[in-house]
Amino acid sequence: MLKVLKAGFYTTVQDAGRFHYRNKGVPISGVMDEMSVFKVNSLLENESAAAVLEITMTGPTLIFEEETYMALGGAEMSATLNNLPIQNYKVYQIEVGDILSFGRLEKGFRSYLGVKEGFTTKEVLGSKSFYRPITKVNRLMDNDVVPYSAQNLFQPKISEIKVASFLDDSILEVSKAPEFDVLNDKQLEDIFSKTFTVAHENNRMAYQLTETITEHSISMLTSATIPGTVQLTPAGKLIILMKDGQTTGGYPRAVQLTDKAICILAQKRGGDTISFKLV
Amino acid sequence: MSSPKIHIKSFGVHSVLIEWPNEVSEHILEKILHFETFLKNELLTNQEWEMVPSYNSLLLINRTAQIDFPIISKDIIAWYAQLGESTKPNRYLWRLPINYDLEYGLDIEEVASKLNKTIEEIIAMHTGSTYTVYGIGFLPGFMYLGGIDKKLEVPRKATPRPKVIKGAVGIAGKQAGIYPQESPGGWNIIGNCSVPIFDATKENPCFVSVGDKIEFYQISRAEHNLHKIEAEVGIYKPEKIKINA
Repeated sequence: MLKVLKAGFYTTVQDAGRFHYRNKGVPISGVMDEMSVFKVNSLLENESAAAVLEITMTGPTLIFEEETYMALGGAEMSATLNNLPIQNYKVYQIEVGDILSFGRLEKGFRSYLGVKEGFTTKEVLGSKSFYRPITKVNRLMDNDVVPYSAQNLFQPKISEIKVASFLDDSILEVSKAPEFDVLNDKQLEDIFSKTFTVAHENNRMAYQLTETITEHSISMLTSATIPGTVQLTPAGKLIILMKDGQTTGGYPRAVQLTDKAICILAQKRGGDTISFKLV
Repeated sequence: MSSPKIHIKSFGVHSVLIEWPNEVSEHILEKILHFETFLKNELLTNQEWEMVPSYNSLLLINRTAQIDFPIISKDIIAWYAQLGESTKPNRYLWRLPINYDLEYGLDIEEVASKLNKTIEEIIAMHTGSTYTVYGIGFLPGFMYLGGIDKKLEVPRKATPRPKVIKGAVGIAGKQAGIYPQESPGGWNIIGNCSVPIFDATKENPCFVSVGDKIEFYQISRAEHNLHKIEAEVGIYKPEKIKINA
């Protein structure tokens, strides 16, 4: 078990996501930044869907109660293992009683903790990803425990990697979404020429942007949405749906983020700026 | 009847949207569900595909592969032309028990007075229609129901409630529905449904599918309480009638 000594701001268990229930209104959930998690799980030679902890903004303090191997990725959060600084994308062997804690958030917004073979919390509807009310809890609290299987015979083929960080990237590549063609020239010009600020209303469901663009009165019937869909409200506000985002919506879908752009945005916090580029 | 025209729209690299004419229509919904079944059974059988129908559209999503839009657009047009008499999906009518007591029907008096009706007349109108499920979204198990009695149309509340309880039965404008779990909500609450619409512990967490029909009938508070207990232990099953042509 991994025991939570101090919960931090918002830490959840996430895997690749919960599929095949979108037609019943269930968001897919899953890790927000797939690229960083892919590297963490690859280093640990885990399946890419192995469950990790997604640690948002302020990290928890955690004690390992079983031997394992761990790796961190994503945001840079001044992590320490038994008070010694450790780095992202490096495999560390863990002894019983080791304590992992986090300090200042240096870069990015979401950090990922992987362990050998992944966390083994219970699956609900085919996924371990936290999402209330599908799972009973929506985040880890003080004294919670997260199970994993003890491992002490792992010989990593690669023990650390230097990765080209995208944490400073701010250009979100997008393609056309279904209502792209009903937007007028002014709205399109706004979307692709402005720099937008990430609003403080940002979470796993959606990221709102502060600056607005030209209003509209396009009315449409409720239709499917997916993570990365950029919706345009009648007042000209842009809302970008993320992994816990609703599966249908009634606002025009202007553009669609690429998989990489979703990862870039997942590492942004309120006040950061982004811009859109059509590919 | 001839098949209504479809338009194919690009939606990122993993999905493609098929759109029917922009109207709320049984005929269109039937075509969408028929085509969805055809695609699932015959063409896009790989488990990587997911489909989300809603009102006048069907979204096809491939979890992993990138879709070549020009190719799939041509394919979809050709497949739609082959639809013919292929297998249609099973559709059901669900009869859901509602308790309209004031304790649950928080806004029923206000709705009655706004519409210049008695509470009994509101209940009669609400239970007198057969509703069609045009979409499921917003929350897990939240149904978008069409078919409300025109005389029962009443604007949504000026100030939304921060908390609407699970099972709350709401109406707002042309819309009717049930809150599948506790959430904020701006609809007028006129009753409570004792049957859980969404249950994550079940393999099929939501018995209703898009295209199904819903009817409401009134039950007493005592029956409501009994159903709730039965539902909690998993022995209560809502009344289900096959409606397929």
